[in-house]
Order: sequence, then structure tokens, then C-alpha cells
Amino acid sequence: MSYLWFILALVVVLGLLWRFLGAYMVAVYDGTTHWLGFVERPVYKLLRVDAEAEQSWQRYGMSLIVYSGVAILVVYLMLRLQGSLPLDPQHLGAVSPALSFNTAVSFVTNTNWQNYAGETTMSYLSQMGALAVQNFASASVGIGVAVALIRGFSRKGSATIGNFWVDLVRGILYILLPISLLATIVFMAQGGVQTFAGPVHVHDVLNGVRQTIPRGPVASQEAIKQLGTNGGGFFNANGAHPYENPTGLTNFLSIVLLLAIPVALTHTFGKMVGNVRQGVAVLAVMALIFGAWLGIASYAEHVGNPAVAAAGVTHQGAGNMEGKEVRFGVQQSTIYNVASTQTSTGSVDSANDSYTPMGGFAMLSGMMFGDVTPGGVGSGLYTILLFAIITVFIGGLMVGRTPEYLGKKIQAREVKLAAFAVLVMPMTVLVMTGIAVSIHAGRVAPLNAGPHGFSEILYAFTSQGNNNGSAFAGLSSNTAFYNVSGAITMLLGRFAIIVPVLALAGSLAAKQHVAASAGTFRTDTPLYAGLLVGVVLIVGALTFFPAVALGPIAEQLSTGRLF
Amino acid sequence: MSARPMQPAPPASEALDEVARGSGARGVVSRRGLFDREIIVPALGAAVRKLDPRVQVRNPVMFVVLVGTLVTLAESIAHPGLFDWSITGWLFLTVVFANFAEAVAEGRGKAQADTLRKMRADTLARRLSDGGAEEQVQAAELQRGDLVVCEAGDVIPSDGEIVEGVASVDESAITGESAPVIRESGGDRSAVTGGTKVLSDRIVVRITAERGQTFLDRMIHLVEGASRQKTPNEVALTILLAALTLVFLPVVVVLDPFARFSGTNVSVVVLIALLVCLIPTTIGALLSAIGIAGMDRLVQRNVLAMSGRAVEAAGDVQTLLLDKTGTITLGNRMASAFLPVGGRSEEELADAAQLASLADETPEGRSIVVLAKDRFNLRERDLGPDHAFVPFTAQTRMSGLDVDHRAIRKGAAESVKRWVVDQGGQVPAELDGIVEKVARAGSTPLVVADGREVLGVVELKDVVKQGIRERFEEMRQMGIRTVMITGDNPLTAAAIAQEAGVDDYLAEATPEAKMALIKAEQEGGKLVAMTGDGTNDAPALAQADVGVAMNTGTTAAKEAGNMVDLDSNPTKLIDVVEIGKQLLITRGALTTFSIANDVAKYFAIIPALFLTAYPQLKTLNVMHLHSPTSAVLSAVIFNALIIVALIPLALRGVRFRPMSAGAILRRNVFVYGVGGIILPFLGIKLIDLVLTALRWY
Repeated sequence: MSYLWFILALVVVLGLLWRFLGAYMVAVYDGTTHWLGFVERPVYKLLRVDAEAEQSWQRYGMSLIVYSGVAILVVYLMLRLQGSLPLDPQHLGAVSPALSFNTAVSFVTNTNWQNYAGETTMSYLSQMGALAVQNFASASVGIGVAVALIRGFSRKGSATIGNFWVDLVRGILYILLPISLLATIVFMAQGGVQTFAGPVHVHDVLNGVRQTIPRGPVASQEAIKQLGTNGGGFFNANGAHPYENPTGLTNFLSIVLLLAIPVALTHTFGKMVGNVRQGVAVLAVMALIFGAWLGIASYAEHVGNPAVAAAGVTHQGAGNMEGKEVRFGVQQSTIYNVASTQTSTGSVDSANDSYTPMGGFAMLSGMMFGDVTPGGVGSGLYTILLFAIITVFIGGLMVGRTPEYLGKKIQAREVKLAAFAVLVMPMTVLVMTGIAVSIHAGRVAPLNAGPHGFSEILYAFTSQGNNNGSAFAGLSSNTAFYNVSGAITMLLGRFAIIVPVLALAGSLAAKQHVAASAGTFRTDTPLYAGLLVGVVLIVGALTFFPAVALGPIAEQLSTGRLF
Repeated sequence: MSARPMQPAPPASEALDEVARGSGARGVVSRRGLFDREIIVPALGAAVRKLDPRVQVRNPVMFVVLVGTLVTLAESIAHPGLFDWSITGWLFLTVVFANFAEAVAEGRGKAQADTLRKMRADTLARRLSDGGAEEQVQAAELQRGDLVVCEAGDVIPSDGEIVEGVASVDESAITGESAPVIRESGGDRSAVTGGTKVLSDRIVVRITAERGQTFLDRMIHLVEGASRQKTPNEVALTILLAALTLVFLPVVVVLDPFARFSGTNVSVVVLIALLVCLIPTTIGALLSAIGIAGMDRLVQRNVLAMSGRAVEAAGDVQTLLLDKTGTITLGNRMASAFLPVGGRSEEELADAAQLASLADETPEGRSIVVLAKDRFNLRERDLGPDHAFVPFTAQTRMSGLDVDHRAIRKGAAESVKRWVVDQGGQVPAELDGIVEKVARAGSTPLVVADGREVLGVVELKDVVKQGIRERFEEMRQMGIRTVMITGDNPLTAAAIAQEAGVDDYLAEATPEAKMALIKAEQEGGKLVAMTGDGTNDAPALAQADVGVAMNTGTTAAKEAGNMVDLDSNPTKLIDVVEIGKQLLITRGALTTFSIANDVAKYFAIIPALFLTAYPQLKTLNVMHLHSPTSAVLSAVIFNALIIVALIPLALRGVRFRPMSAGAILRRNVFVYGVGGIILPFLGIKLIDLVLTALRWY
């Protein structure tokens, strides 16, 4: 399949999902569909939740924080007690405290940063009962927060923004479980492994080698790993491993799954605020930046590695194949990794560390824009809406009106919350990177010196700060310092944004609608979309330009031109 | 005797221009050049005085610059060098320039306040005691509710309401308008303002404001900006700017460890230079000047806003309620056609109508004379000794002339018909049809009869101001709905509404209906602006988001509104909306410009910063700046000078033309966004060339 056909097929499938999954999610979060009511009602009874009772933003936020705190504790304990719990055929034993903490935070924050190799660290119970459960739950939490923010826009004079527990349960039950179930079957049919039978031991007599081939319930975890934009692989090799991602079809399906919900949510958003064009404008912004970055990365990988060229190799016909699976090739690997870094998934089917400097730059900078193109499930939408509020504020002033977005006046409180939430990520990432390059524990971890080593550290914190979870590799990060500093980065990147977003939802929901007129700054036009692209790029560029100049740009320029 | 020939009404567009230019030139609240010497010199002093950290801390962006300057100063003293001292000097100037911008804006208000204060010279008041005796007291001693007498030549000691008498008053002190105005007890023309002068007659005034709270006092207070509070939008923007400042702190601070990791060192002075270049100093320096200048622009057009909040709200107005009379129409009906009946010619009708109107000094009467002259060249004539004018009375509802045994009358259709029938005459059957047709078109029919014969109908038209239709079209483009308020019947109202091009009208309007309309609009999420002058307008003025009270109006109206128009020109509501929009646009444009500038500054400073560690970064030195030090210094100098360069723009406001939101946005994004990216590349390069040529570096 040629690259163009691949992309065209992707666009068609995502277009259908945008339309139908987007509309379906409206029904799920408006509470108009109940086809799984027979499961849903007992769950509420078990949780002692009154499904009809709505929550203020404070109660919604408190429920979310309490739930997440408990989830982190449960995952932490399960990993620490792994040796005493069942389903551990390889007898892997307890996970170390620092790594358990980092991993627990990582999966509850939808990051799936992995300072471990799954096949040699995690039992089947930990993979399924601790990590995969959080893959579902953290994804549903993210979508719920985005929907709560949408309700803030669509409601008038309302004191409530929904019910956290209902959003959590309905997201898992009505969206994530059914789709994952279907996708798991496809993964299994294509050769993805799904078994409790433990590893296979092979004795290759001819070559005189003994080999242990790990297996496990892989296919089921693979589906939600992509669909929930989690990205944590069962194996260390992640999507490059043939048991996780066996064929070109599963590679394509993986890309579809990780883009599905973030893309479809823009339709949900447009429909819920009463104007689908609003959602299209947001989607257009996401698609534009995504497309541009895919172009940069594809071009850089296609041209080949400048270091190889500098060594005298004049013809790199297949492009930069280092670190890529032959069954996917340069192009399909590039699109997988670009999609994965720009959705906060973080799964990879090729090694980011082996990309050309500008290819690596595309992965790194894609996250630096706040992972909004289209971003993680829910988090992509609510983060880009923060940028939208900033854009509307400046743009609205320029048309001579005190700014409003979707009929809601944007005033001091909204600006304060949006600006804080937008800026918390770059501040966290930069400060953490600054600390890491200053202290010994941080400086010894990168395997490379110079700008590439700097990129490895910068990438780690950028990935965790954006709850992405992809690794540049080349960083020995299973240390006390990186486990703890990474966990702090992930917590800030998740909750220091979610809390202001919920506050914003509450503040907007309480407001009345302002009527639109010809004097209103329209937010469903190409002009607005262009402005929003500009704001996303400029905020990212202004905050990260010096850092990027010292990493990938300095590295690329050392071997030649920028492009 | 001769009727005063009537001047054709000035085209409304000219009248509007007049408003736009500001009538201030003739008033106290005078317009000044942007850089008057008497403003600039004190502003320079104020710019230095404002360096007080307690003042600076109110502006987070500039406070960071001030702190940065102190750090580079310490650094320069510790390790003296030309570069460090140059940076310190320019950072210091950046703060001073910002203070200067604010001081200039304030200075304009202060100069106006000083002129106003001179008028408040202490006057003696003639207070009436309970017994009716007069006593001389200081104006300052007057209490609310006191009665004072003012006669020709007296200055009215304080704000009040006339309870007895009628007088012509010179209000030029407040309005700049030299023509005297009539003030009388009762009704909507009873309010007088302290500091104005009685020109004729005697009035008794009940004082309504104590010393310190009079209109003049409030006006001084306002133009001086003494009680200036940040407006809601200004607060929101300040927060955004503070956030942008805050985020650049870690961006710059971590460059030190980043540089060490990369095997190089960066000096504190360069880092502070970078920080100051990145934080939005341009808008931070000019923000308060923009706000003060916006209020000032209103004052120059003789509108006093009681709060900056009202000015911002004006930019958001979506519905304008406009009184028909005086705003949409010229206020006086004018003869527009002669419609003869009974086989008479138009000229015969015109001739009779002119005769009947010769003594009629009302605008309507004069307009008939003018029309007769225009159409048939009928000049005013000498009537000889044997004639008698019949004046209009409320009973007869007719006026006219008895001359040479003729009795010519003009008046309301029913009255003239009755008069003709009473004399034994016949009323032509076609008359009623014509009368109704005229009324349906929104005009007033005036029937003319000569003795027992009805000659025809004069159509008196409510003349819509020229250019007002285009003005409403502009409003529509800006998304503002115009609603005409009139006491006319729905038929007449519809016809005028159609002609003027308003979006909607409220006929047979009562204060209650007006109030209901405002509330209905507001419930639909719209902001409403209106003008009013009568006491019965007060509730609606208070309810409206922008209520502009006419200065000629009652005290109640003036207190209910949040703006007062000293010229009492209702058309000005439109200007108020434009000033509100311009204020917001200026803020938005300069914010965009300020942020867009950062791109070029990065390209100047980053390669300079890390050139020793990574020589390959010289590729990023796209401006080919001479050396790292000249690059950093050029960026800092540009950053300081751009503030001064933009002061005129901040004070004047960016050009505003009524266009749709999309068109305005496109233009401003292009000029201030794209322009803001390109300009500093040119500016920094130019400064670098100059520094190099001067062999500074």
C-alpha cells in the first residue's frame, strides 16, 4: 500500500468515526442511551452513586482527586505485593518502591511512561488488574473532564457540570469496553498473543542457544492501550514487537484506534454546544498542525540520516531505516510515532532515539504544543479549548468587543484559569529538565553526550509533563531520581491542568449566554482556526525555543542544514 | 415684516463629522496636540517619580523590568564594563518610557481638570430663608435642599433644580457651546449646573448637590483620573500579561543550567536582557495609557463616562435604542409637497400656503415658505397695511392670514374642514383620500383653505437626517441592531423606520414599553445602549448597559445614566460605541504586536547566547547581526524604543472603521500580528548597523 493510499484510508475511516462515534458520545454523555443499563445500574448500586445527582465543579474535582489517589495507592500496592499475588508464572517478584510509585502515577495519569520492561517486571495480574484497568479508567476520566468543560459552555446559569462517577462509568461501559472488545478480536486474528500459559522456553540445538519467549494476555491490552491513548506496552519493544503489533493491518488499526476518540470528540463538542462547525474548526486546527508535523518527520526520515550521509553513504534508498521494523518501513513507522506522540499515547512501533534529529524534533515538539493535535482522549480537547480561550481573548479584543467564546463572556477569572492551565506544562517541563541537567543523578542517565544527550533528558520530561509516555530511549531512567521527578511531572501535567479546567467549567456553566451578532468574533471560520494554530505554535515556540535550540536543532545543524 | 429665510439643514454627515472632531475646540475641555509642551515637561518629571516601587508593583510586567534593572546594576557595579552598563541604562530607560507613556496620558486629563477648577472660583449665593428673606452665604456652605435666587449675571452656585421661573443660561463653561439655553421650572428642562451663568430673568433653584459632589466636581475628578479603577477587561488582560511574564521566568532561568550542561556559561546580564525582551513590555508599558486615553477621547467629544466599565460596555453594545426626534430625524417636520384638490393648480396652493405661513415662525411654517420659493419662485411680498395674521391656538388648531377680503387658513384636516363647512363651503371628496395617503407615508397633512374653498394639502415630512441611513448600515455591519423609539403611531413610525433604515421601531412608546424592550433584549443576552433626558427616562437609563443622559436633561436622568453628553446630541451614542470598540481594539492590537515581537528577539539573542557552545547556531542569526553583544544590545534598545514609538498610537487609538468583525480581525492580525513579527527584524538590524557604524561594538 503506498503512503498516499494509507493516509487516504486513514482519513476516510477517521471521518466515519468522527461522524458516528462523535454523535454516539453525545448520547452517552447526555445520558440518552441506556442499552447497557442492566450492567450500569448495578455498578452505581455497588459504588453507592445516585446517578441522577449532579455535582458542582468542586465536588466533581474532589471526586476525581479522591478516586485518582485511591487508584494510585491500589496500583502501587499491587505492584509491591506482586510476588504474593496470583498469575505470576515467571515469578517476577515485587517491583521496587520508586518504580512502583512512578508506574502507578504513570498509568493513573494516562501517561504510561514505563521505566521498566513489561515482560521482565510485571506479572499477568499486574498487567491486567493494575495497569490495563487504569488504561480504561484514566481514559474515561479524561473524556469526562472534557465533557464537563463542554457542559460549561452549553449550559446557562447552571451550578453543576455533571457527575464524575456517572461520567467515569459510562465512558468505560459504553465507549471503551465495546470498542476494545472488537479491536482485541482483530489483534488476536492477526496474530497478537492472548494467553495465560506463561512463557515458552526454546532450546535451539543447532545454534546451541536457549531462549525464553514471553507471552501473556497481550491482544486485550493492546486494544485499550491505543484506544485510551495510554501507550504502555506489554513488552518493552511496545508496538515494534510482533506479538503486540503483528501485521500492517494491526499497525493501521493501532493508528486508527489512538486517533479515534480525540478526533471524534471534536464532533461531540460541536454537537453539544449546538454548532458542529465549532467542532470542525477545532479539528481543522488539530489536523493542520498534525499534517505539518507529519510532513516534517516524513521528509526527514525519507531523506535519510544526515550522520550516515556525512559518513560518506551517498544513497539511502529506503530512508532512515535505523530503529524501524522492516514489516512497516519508514513511512508507516513515522506516521505511527507522530500520531502516538501527538495524541499523548506514547506507544511506538519504531525507536524514537534512532530517528533523524529533525524526525526526533517532530516527535518532541509535537508534544511541546501541549499534546493538543489531537491530543489524548479528553485531555487533547480540553487543553486545546484552553488555547481557544486565550485566542478568543486576544482576538476578541482586536474586533472591539470584550471577548466571548461560544456565547460565554471570557473575563478575568477565565483568563486566569486558562493561562495558568496552559502555562503549567511548559513551566514544569523546563524546571524539571533544569534540575535534571544540574544534578549528578540527572546528568549520568543519558547514554549520549552533547545535544543528543540533552534531547534525551528534555524528551523524558516533555513526555511525562504532557502525559504522553513515549520514550526517546537512551536514558537510564529507572533510578530513584527519575522515578520520583518523573512522577511529580506527570502529576502536575495531569492534575494541575484538570483542576483549573474543572474550575473553568464551573465558572462558564454559571454564566448566561451572550447573543451573537455580526460584531461577534466568530469561532467557526478559517480565520479563527488560523489564529488558533498561531497561538498554539507561538506559545509552544516561545516557551521551548531555547531548549530545542540546544537539543535537536544544534544536533541537526552540526551535520548540515536545518532541512 | 419678513420671515427669516431658512437655512437648508446641514447634511447630517457633516454634523456627525462635527461631533467626531469634538466640539471641545470651543469649550473648556480643549483638545490638545499629542505632545504639547505643557504636558510633556511635567510628564518627564512624573515618569521619574513613578519609579517608586510602590507604584511599579501595580504593573507586574514593568515591575519585573525594574527588578531586573536593579540586578544588572549590581552586576555592572561588581564587574564594570561597557556592555553591562549599556544594558542597565537601556533597561532603566524601558521603565522610564513606560512611566512616561502613562504620565503623558494623565497629563492631558490634568490640564483639563486645571481649567475646570478655575471655574469653581468661590461664589456668593443668595439663599432664601424659610421666611422668604435673602441672605448672602458662601457657595461652599450650601446644603442640599436650600433654595437660592439667581438673577441675570449671577453664577449658579451649585447643581440644582429650578423650582420657580424661567431663565436663559450660559452653559459654555461645561459644554463649550456658546449659545445660551433655556431653563425653566417643571418638566425636563429644569436642571441647572453649578458654575454656569444666568443671562436673563430670575430663577429660584433648589440645591441638589453639596460642595464636592457637584457635577463640576465629578467632572474634574473624572478627567483627572484620580479615582481611576482598572476596568474588568483591563484586569483580565493584566492577568494574561502577568501569566506570560511568569512563564518566561523559568524559560530564562533554566537557560543557565542548560548552558552549563552544554559546556558554556551565560551571564546574568544577558539572561535579564533576554527576559525583558520576552515579557510583554510593549503592551505592559502602554496598557494604562490606553485606558486613560480612551476616557480622554470621550471627554474630548464632550461625553463624561462615570466609569471605565461603561466605556468598555459601549464596545459590546448590540442594540441601540435611538429616539426618533433629533437623532434620526432633524426634529422638525418640513414641507415637502403641495397636493392640490378641486382642480386647483399646485402653484395656486403654494401661493396660498405661503401667504398663510408668512407670519408663522415655527420651523414647519418657515419650511412652507422655503418650499414655495424653491418650487415656484414665490418670493415673500409686502402685504400692504390691510392684513391681519391669525395665530395658531389650541382651540382652532389653525393659523393663517386675513388680507384683501380673503381668509386663508392652514391646519389640521378636521379643523379646516369644519371651518370651511361652517362658512357654507364644500369639501372635495378626494381630500380625505389624499390626507390619509400622506399620513400613511409617515408625514403630516396640513389642509389649506381659502374662504369657502379647500385648495389642497401641504405634506409636512419628518425629514430623516442625511447620511443616517449609511450610518445605520455601518452599525449593522458591526452587528449592532438599531431600534427607533417614537411617540408616533405605528403607521408613521413604520414609514420613517423604513426610510431611515433602522432595524426595528417602537411606536407609541411609553417609558414602560421602553423599559420592557430593554429587559427583553437583555434577557436575550444583548447589551443595550440608549439616550434619554426626561425624568421618566431614568429607570430605562439605569437599566440599560450604557445609558447616555443629555446634559439638558433632568438631574434624575443624569444620575440614572452612566454617561452624560454635554452637547446633548443623541447621535453621539454611535460615537460612544465606536470609542468603546477602539479602546478594546487598541489593547488587543498592541498585545498581539508585543507577543509577535518575541520571535525576532529570539532570533537575535539565542544564537548570541550559545555561539561559543554550538558555533553551528550561527545559522539562526538570520539578521546577520554584527556580534553577540551588539545583537543583545540591539534587541534591548529596540524593546525600549518601540514603547516610545507607540505612545502616539496608544493615546490616539488604532484606526477604527465600522466593518464586520471578520474584516476588522483580518486587518488587525495582518497589521499588528504579521507586522509585529516583521518590524523587529528590521528594527533590530537597523540598530545593530547604527551601533556598528558608531563603533560601539
